[in-house]
Amino acid sequence: MKTTLILLASIAVVGAMPLAAGAVMDFPLRQTAQPPVPDAVPADEVFTREQIGHALAPPTPGAGRTVAPAAAAPRDDGQWLMPAKNYAATRYSAMNEINPSNARNLREVFSFSLGVNKGQEAAPLVVGHMMYVVTAYPNYLYALDLTHPEAPLKWRFAPDPVPASQGVACCDVVNRGAAYADGKIVFNTLDGQTIAVDAESGHQVWRAQLGDINRGETITMAPLIVGNHVLVGDSGGEFGVRGWLTALNLADGSIAWRAYHTGPDRDVLIGNDFHPFYAADRGTDLGVRTWPADHWRIGGGTMWAWIAYDPTTQLIFYGTANPGPWNSEERPGDNKWTAGIFARDARTGAARWFYQFSPHDEHDYDAINEQILLDMPFGGRMRQVLVRMERNGYVYVIDRNSGQVLSADPFGPVNSSRGVDLRTGRLIVNPAKETHLGQMVRDICPTASGAKDWNPSSFSPRTGLIYIPHENLCMDWENLEANYISGTPYVGAEVHMKPGPGGHRGELTAWDPVMRRPRWTIREDLPIWSGTVATGGDVVFYGTMDGLFKAVDARDGHLLWQVRLDSGIIGQPVSYRGPDGHQYVAILTGVGGWSGAIVSGALDPRDGAAALGFVGTMRDLPHRTTPGGTLHVFALPH
Amino acid sequence: MSSRCRIELALALGLLAAGCHRKPPPGPPAGAAVTGAPVSGLIPGGAGPPAGIDPRALPYYDNADAVVQGMRMYKQMNCAGCHFNGGGGIGPALMDDVWIYGGRLDQIYNTIYQGRPNGMPAWRGRIPDQQIWQIAAYVRSMSLPATLAANTGDTPSQHPAPVPREADMHGGWQLPPGTIGPAN
Repeated sequence: MKTTLILLASIAVVGAMPLAAGAVMDFPLRQTAQPPVPDAVPADEVFTREQIGHALAPPTPGAGRTVAPAAAAPRDDGQWLMPAKNYAATRYSAMNEINPSNARNLREVFSFSLGVNKGQEAAPLVVGHMMYVVTAYPNYLYALDLTHPEAPLKWRFAPDPVPASQGVACCDVVNRGAAYADGKIVFNTLDGQTIAVDAESGHQVWRAQLGDINRGETITMAPLIVGNHVLVGDSGGEFGVRGWLTALNLADGSIAWRAYHTGPDRDVLIGNDFHPFYAADRGTDLGVRTWPADHWRIGGGTMWAWIAYDPTTQLIFYGTANPGPWNSEERPGDNKWTAGIFARDARTGAARWFYQFSPHDEHDYDAINEQILLDMPFGGRMRQVLVRMERNGYVYVIDRNSGQVLSADPFGPVNSSRGVDLRTGRLIVNPAKETHLGQMVRDICPTASGAKDWNPSSFSPRTGLIYIPHENLCMDWENLEANYISGTPYVGAEVHMKPGPGGHRGELTAWDPVMRRPRWTIREDLPIWSGTVATGGDVVFYGTMDGLFKAVDARDGHLLWQVRLDSGIIGQPVSYRGPDGHQYVAILTGVGGWSGAIVSGALDPRDGAAALGFVGTMRDLPHRTTPGGTLHVFALPH
Repeated sequence: MSSRCRIELALALGLLAAGCHRKPPPGPPAGAAVTGAPVSGLIPGGAGPPAGIDPRALPYYDNADAVVQGMRMYKQMNCAGCHFNGGGGIGPALMDDVWIYGGRLDQIYNTIYQGRPNGMPAWRGRIPDQQIWQIAAYVRSMSLPATLAANTGDTPSQHPAPVPREADMHGGWQLPPGTIGPAN
């Protein structure tokens, strides 16, 4: 992989700035010796794109221009009504006031303290002249008035979630944002509620209790509103919960349908309309039969991130998380319908097709990452596809109508598999990196959090590129015996993460889905845990875990501007048109999440396995940033 | 019987003899659990004499078997899923010297027994009392210099040293080292 990166000299200058040996201050935070970040995995331990990338046909870029389908990505009105910007999930703002020649003049126009120093993963929303921000637990919802230059607080809604929910949240107490429709701001709380609030007054319209913390269920995802349904999934894959997606009626919060991700077909909403592309996904009650007896009841397959929607076919697309426990030897079988992607009828929830990225997942490769809906040239003609930057290390291009995989190419370090067999659709597992009880299997790539985790990519129709914020991490893994006790962790593995080849821990990759290769790559010393936003001015924004907010040229990755903020960034940047007609860019700071838990949770760096194995490879983070939680908004002088 | 119940019964722990109903743990009557282990360093009316250690804790000091059994139970009851090998994750770190609800052996016992509002489950009635004390001894041992010195590599707390009685001679709360006391 390393040899295929096109690394511009200018980028190398602004990239990783590793701390010189001995330059680390002895913080009073911990009066302890700091073990070093583990050594990087050697480059020859992973496969190259040429070795394991596959496609059904060679690239035919002349067959058309890649765009998001118009029905799912309508003309930009300057607002930001859902975290992904639109149903196609492009996270593209057509605003072009900020461009590569003036981005260096960006300056902060206002900021707002969220009052919560935990990982802030939400995307701010902009509805008309108002901005809405949801925080990490205790999930405050703030409404700011953008018609005034200082954006004063109009109201605050405090949902008062049960504090004990923090004890069943696997990876910090995050929230990925709200959604707007029909005069309501809808968001989820850590303790398993979905709440609709009147956007104007801040008064509650309804609330629905969907999860039970005593079963380990929490909710961290941002709801998606499709028609008159609010779509919500559960978190808790590390607690032996049973995954589901629920549709609530937007009017009153009552349940319209619920689709489980394990168990009998009737629970999964698999019926006569279900036509998976591959034979492995056909059969009766596979959600029962691909598990040991009754294990599907505690088998995971949660749904804690992104959903896309194609209004033309009225299909929703979303993935399912890891099977539980992490120790795969305790659950022989393919463990359907975990670690895969569903297409469902948005009105009824009925499943249309399914594809499993990681059958019998052995490495915590949840399949909850975003899917971007594109119409792009493939095999000499335009195809309606979805593109997944998958945690298991591959960019998948999938026909969104049939579920057929057209291509799968690694975008990060991979050795846990050797590509995807495009005849059967099955991932080719590398036996050398399978996990075992009582044996520490070393240098597995990608790591448990994946070549990329939940933090979403963006797509620019101007460049045809997908801007993927991701990680360059590998791991050592040993299976342990897992005990199921409801409401407590159900994992059964000890994990130690480490940097991938090259030693840098993060990358921003501008990926060409047609040519199946990176156009350019920026190396970051730390994992990138923020989203990206692409703009009509050919500028891409993202943040780093040590608190730099950056603007780069969408065409070649040149750094245009950066600013040091109060805390590390793991949020989702957005760009909108203010009431004055100018372009603004907003981001939340607040380090945390799984990767930043060492700071937000004040974890002890001496335990490399802490926070499910992430602490060891983030030992330097407490020396580089501190907890925080602030909204920052930037614009050009005007 | 629900499958959850069956699975919990399958925990080869030799505790909870039968059924899924909550049996009261052996030991003191309810309400006796908070003896001698304050969780505040603020005592109205001026600091009185430091509260003595809960006498039930005494057998677990200087007890090498207690910390080893505690380590076994800590892993079996999924404590490691939140606190890992002392570094923390969902729950706070246990191998450092930062204690939200007190780091004395009897205070740790109370935290496990009663649960804590921000996510610590209440294990009262789920684990026999003796085993809660053993787990508390193991947790208390994690930050001992002798345990830390025995750590090799990236997986600490695997060789827990017994907890010396003198480690908990204080009244449950101590002034930070170097505090300048009032002039008499």
